[in-house]
Amino acid sequence: MKIKPAYIFIGLCLCFLTYSFSIYIHPIYAKADANIIVNKAVNGRLVWQKYNCQSCHQLYGLGGYLGTDLTNIYSAKGKGEIFIKAVISTGNYTMPAYHLSENEMTDLMEFFKQTNQSGRADYNNFTIYNNGMIERK
Amino acid sequence: MIKQINFGKLFFAFALVLLLAGIVFGLLAAYVYLKPDFLKDSLGFAALRPLHVSFVVFWIILGATASVISGMQLINPSAFTSKTVALQIVLWLIAIIGIVMGYFKQEFGGREYWEFNPIWALPIALSWLLFLYNFLKGALKIKNWPVYIWMWMTGIIFFLFTFLENYLWIFPYFRENFITDMTIQWKVNGSLVGSWNQIIYGTAFFLMDRISGNHKVGYSKLSFAIFFLGMFNLMFNWGHHIYTLPTESYIRYVGYGVSMTEWIFFFRIVYLWRNTLNSICTNYHYYPYRFIMASDFWILLNLIQALLMSIPALNIYTHGTHVTVAHAMGTTIGINSMILFAACFIYFSNYTKTYNKSNKLLNISFWLVQISLLVFWLSLNIAGIKKGIWQVTNSKVVHYNMMKSLLPWFQTFTISGLILMLSMGFLCITILFHYFKNIMTEKES
Repeated sequence: MKIKPAYIFIGLCLCFLTYSFSIYIHPIYAKADANIIVNKAVNGRLVWQKYNCQSCHQLYGLGGYLGTDLTNIYSAKGKGEIFIKAVISTGNYTMPAYHLSENEMTDLMEFFKQTNQSGRADYNNFTIYNNGMIERK
Repeated sequence: MIKQINFGKLFFAFALVLLLAGIVFGLLAAYVYLKPDFLKDSLGFAALRPLHVSFVVFWIILGATASVISGMQLINPSAFTSKTVALQIVLWLIAIIGIVMGYFKQEFGGREYWEFNPIWALPIALSWLLFLYNFLKGALKIKNWPVYIWMWMTGIIFFLFTFLENYLWIFPYFRENFITDMTIQWKVNGSLVGSWNQIIYGTAFFLMDRISGNHKVGYSKLSFAIFFLGMFNLMFNWGHHIYTLPTESYIRYVGYGVSMTEWIFFFRIVYLWRNTLNSICTNYHYYPYRFIMASDFWILLNLIQALLMSIPALNIYTHGTHVTVAHAMGTTIGINSMILFAACFIYFSNYTKTYNKSNKLLNISFWLVQISLLVFWLSLNIAGIKKGIWQVTNSKVVHYNMMKSLLPWFQTFTISGLILMLSMGFLCITILFHYFKNIMTEKES
């Protein structure tokens, strides 16, 4: 029996759409974190984008590699909110000083709180299975 | 007037100008790794990086567009001649001017690789919609499509879908859950690359079909099997970008499982290697063929790297490091750009006939591109592996000192980047020079 390419194409497209929508509905059943002011965190992500922080920094290792990964900067030893605000306002050897408004700064801090509570981005805490897969310990 | 314009060549010329700009900004961005305060208080890395990335991504997308237009015009000379094709290029021009002006004014707002204000995505999406319309108008007249027409259509449709999906974050619903938001962001980035790869690999297929004169291959079962495997990977293999993200396990397993099907591509290349070597020797003098063969070499190298990086146990050593950059550079320059150069040399061949003979400067440029890219790729990989070991071993060395220890590799990649810029720039300028010279000659006559 000869299968037409069009049928395979349509079949694959349907699988792709189903898979995509199964991901789109995640927020509906995901548990909301009571400690986070969601509106502010959502706006904080826009502040992150407005100043293009992703150009140098990473979240879960995704982003630019000139600066550090900021996923857990909010709770990192010796870092935290005061440290982050100071670096943003004064800059450092690589980073220029940024003049964020008070609202922008508050939203960005709430975003960092949200990224921090979403999980750990360190790479030395994984169990490696025989099939090559990894799971966080 | 519109009918007299060769839109395929016009798109290629536009794309080559963007590539020239992209490699210049790439070198400036690389220099920041050597001198971190370079342009810090003016453009800064925050603008240099998107300027480089956007120009290079647009070179690939517009080069892919040019390849489809030129290919379709060879099959059916009346394809892609209407006013809507002119509108396509005008919309791209509006978007690119807006994006670049925004970057210079430090106005961002978008996400990685698409850092511009989302408003500029509108002309791009509209232009792509017109591209799809013009493509289908020509393609639907062809009975019994060869595999490259399928690949072009798949690439065009999926680029449009994923480009729009790229902007789901505009709706707060998608931003509320950070992990889902990140998952969708990297689903999109993976599939977008897969989409333009479909168009560009389709072009490589089309070019080989024309060079060899063997039109049967485009209809063979094996060609279609390889195409559907590529499409399957475009749709489902993106999970390998986010193994360390605490998203649902099934997403990681699907990404891992599907990525491993790429071993089939690897074994196929190895199996065909002897034939390939023979044909390299026979056709070495022919520039388009030489670029296609160079892309085959880079496919093999990058495929091995991609396969290793797709194994989660190894991925934790390469994720978030310059190994990822090496892979991106290896694929966009080594594979995509080589195929697009091959297409340029073929479609511009009516006034660049000398390219088929030995041309010393072009030969030197070709080899400089390959050698400098190899050094560039290796230095990024070494820097990446060193960083990977640093992050996995929970070293007490602070980030600043770790970056400082990588300086020799950053110096190597900047110097090889400079050679790469000059040699690729020479190729671009040579093609553009002949293109504009021909336009002037036509006008005079």
